[in-house]
Amino acid sequence: MEFHIVVCAGLVPDPLQTLEPVMGPAGPGLKNEALLPSVIDPWAAHALFEAAHLARARPGSKVWLVSLAPKAKLQQVLMVVAQKVPFDLVAVDGPANGFTDASACAAALADAIAAIPGLDRQKLLVFGGWESASRAAGTTLQMVGERLGITEQFQGVDAVTVGADGAFEVLERIEGGRHQVATCSGAPAVCGWATGSLHEPPNSPQVGMMNMRTLMPALQKARAASVPLAGAFGAAAVPSARRDTRVVKDMSPDAIAQEIVEWIRQ
Amino acid sequence: MDDTSVSHAEPAVPRADMRVDIVCTGFGPATAGFLTTLGRAVLNDDGTTRIESTAMPGLPLQVLCFERADDLAAGVSGVVSRARGIRTSFPEFASAGVPLSSPVTDEQIVYLLDPVGASRRSRPLRAIDAMLRAGGRLLGVDRHGVRLPYIPPFLRKHDGVVLSLGQFQQWVAGQVMASGAAQIWPASPVAGPLFADDGARVTGVRMVDQGTDLRGAPTDAYAPGMDVFADLTVVGDGPIGAVGQALDAKFGLPDGHVRDEWALGMKMVVDLRDDVDLAPGTVIHTIGYPEPEIFGFLYVLAPRTVSLGIFVPSWFDSPLRTAYRYLQHWMLHPWLWRWLEGGTLRSWGAKSVQESGRRGEPVLVGDGYARIGEGSGSTNPLSGSGVDEAWTTGAQLADGVIELLSRGEPFTRDALERAYVQRRRASWVERELRVAEGARDGFTRGVVWGLAGMALAGLTGGALRIPRRHGQAHPRLATTVSADAWMDAQGWPAVPFDGRLLVTHQDALLMGGKVQAAPGYADHVRFDDLSQCRECTTHLCVSMCSGQAITDADEGGVAFDREKCVHCGACLWNCPDDNVRFTAGAGGLHAVEN
Repeated sequence: MEFHIVVCAGLVPDPLQTLEPVMGPAGPGLKNEALLPSVIDPWAAHALFEAAHLARARPGSKVWLVSLAPKAKLQQVLMVVAQKVPFDLVAVDGPANGFTDASACAAALADAIAAIPGLDRQKLLVFGGWESASRAAGTTLQMVGERLGITEQFQGVDAVTVGADGAFEVLERIEGGRHQVATCSGAPAVCGWATGSLHEPPNSPQVGMMNMRTLMPALQKARAASVPLAGAFGAAAVPSARRDTRVVKDMSPDAIAQEIVEWIRQ
Repeated sequence: MDDTSVSHAEPAVPRADMRVDIVCTGFGPATAGFLTTLGRAVLNDDGTTRIESTAMPGLPLQVLCFERADDLAAGVSGVVSRARGIRTSFPEFASAGVPLSSPVTDEQIVYLLDPVGASRRSRPLRAIDAMLRAGGRLLGVDRHGVRLPYIPPFLRKHDGVVLSLGQFQQWVAGQVMASGAAQIWPASPVAGPLFADDGARVTGVRMVDQGTDLRGAPTDAYAPGMDVFADLTVVGDGPIGAVGQALDAKFGLPDGHVRDEWALGMKMVVDLRDDVDLAPGTVIHTIGYPEPEIFGFLYVLAPRTVSLGIFVPSWFDSPLRTAYRYLQHWMLHPWLWRWLEGGTLRSWGAKSVQESGRRGEPVLVGDGYARIGEGSGSTNPLSGSGVDEAWTTGAQLADGVIELLSRGEPFTRDALERAYVQRRRASWVERELRVAEGARDGFTRGVVWGLAGMALAGLTGGALRIPRRHGQAHPRLATTVSADAWMDAQGWPAVPFDGRLLVTHQDALLMGGKVQAAPGYADHVRFDDLSQCRECTTHLCVSMCSGQAITDADEGGVAFDREKCVHCGACLWNCPDDNVRFTAGAGGLHAVEN
């Protein structure tokens, strides 16, 4: 049984940078947003690696990466991601700053998936991040599935084990640090991945070259999506940090711990 | 078929390989110029192929560029440039909308007096300082500084632009990639060149192994670095790049050439407070402080956004050479602090600059390879300009490559000599580099001699120079003295940390540099002989390390922590015993606003 695996993966502003929310004329955004580097959402990246792993194990399977993000940023980020695993890109040009409306995002993604030529819904697995580095609502993927009419949905997925008949067992995270084991008779299904268990694949120029054949044309064909920014906020502040760095080499762990406790108490 | 110079025994896991037409190492301004120029010739306006690939028949020319850093142009700098070459490539550059760029609107050179009394000034400089202080406002002295009334023509950038090189490079990369004519892969460190069996022809590059421990031993995720074969290897990986270093080691430098003049540039992008009204395009260069040998710059990239920094040169003859603490004292100078006070650090970084100019030029071409940019000796130490020169050498190589491809000629040494080197020799880049050759040798005798030597060379078209003095006047301090302790002892006041702009060195890495080190790669800094490090009495590699990544080890010698390394390469040229191996690695700065 082969699968058609569609991975929904957005971009998020690089969490290493200072991300300061500001209200602009078009709605909420980030200070210096156009200059901030982006990365692929780490949760969705795990989903992509899992998808590639599954596709490799099931000959005839195929992976699409569907991404809603500003085209220029997408091109930049994909130059790293495209070296990891093989996929076909479906690009949707729109905002990706963490303030987009989840329902509108889901609609744009579902429309893009529905329009993929040759996609067989009976083989369809929609993968994505259970959560996101830019928000923790965890709702977008679920709504994508609903819009596509997929009723089998799993969130917080750590493993998918496929049997010979195409049925699969899913390990989902539930409260208390435990896993729930579910069995699904087969595609179509939605899996919102937690972290999975795979290494990040090494960069491969060969994989990159292969992806590039479809990547740039897909970027050029990226359809603009009208995705409104969600609401407004009254005020936001970057968490203040007090830093007091020094290098010590001759203190015991207990003394260091004691000093930190006293520092926190101040 | 082909042999390799880059390693070792063949790994148990098979090493993959692939073939393309042209492979480039390093995405700096030189490679950007190369790809921009070449890219326009590969495809017709309607997207059909103009130059066909021989590696992949039926497809357009296959051009790959590998960049070590995790993002394109992560961790480069603000620059002022006359942009002659860049504007030849982009005639509409001024209106192209490159973020954080502006035409030069005001240009100043400012001599800074020493307001704290700790600067190591020679007698002639003390005399100049005393005269200026006595003359006070009559001589234009204000806030312990004086704007020089004259800027020599060879230093002027009045018709140029200030820009964030990081943003510029990303803008160029976007255009190159969108054209479909080349692929630029970040996070792809190259281990070194591959050579043919005869050892004389470069046949491509080998990527760095992945899935190793810090010493390079394979782990269970091991993936040997791929061999990428190409008809032409374009070496634009800068002055500390692994491929350039390997070529220098194999072919040597031309007779009489030497690479002994370096500088460490340490820089920041700063958001100024709301009431500062410095006009975008303002260019301020400083001399005289914190030490007379340390030059500073402040460029206004956009309203209330400046790029600033200092250069600490290799000829800074002092008992101890360091950068970060000096950068803080430079910012605190009253001439600059009136604008910087209340500012916020936005990004921070550091880079080694090869300042030997033409005298440090390597063998530019050989069978299967060509060198461009700073690593090819294109930086002009007299005009203090390197980006535009690098860009231009890249564009010149591309013109030559297009010529050779159109004639179906192979990339032999002779062909590249004709098509590229002769173009370069006939250009303004070469002409100005010849004027600059040795122009700064006078600095080995002192700052006044150095400035006089620059003026002599610049104003006489290189006819007159002040020769260099060999040897150093000041013995280096022993390793037991830290840079901070030594500066405290010299009378430098404590830095009044404000948590925004004046922060500890490690906080600059965290807040400004966002330094990262990807797992799965071997350490890119190694020490050949640790016993030599234990015997070393100076450890300049420690005091000049931009990120405090190299530290004195408890057991003697030094230790390296790549989690803090910004890949500036200062350790490479500060080790007096040539004991540092600096190879390519992923990670480092994540500060693309620089």
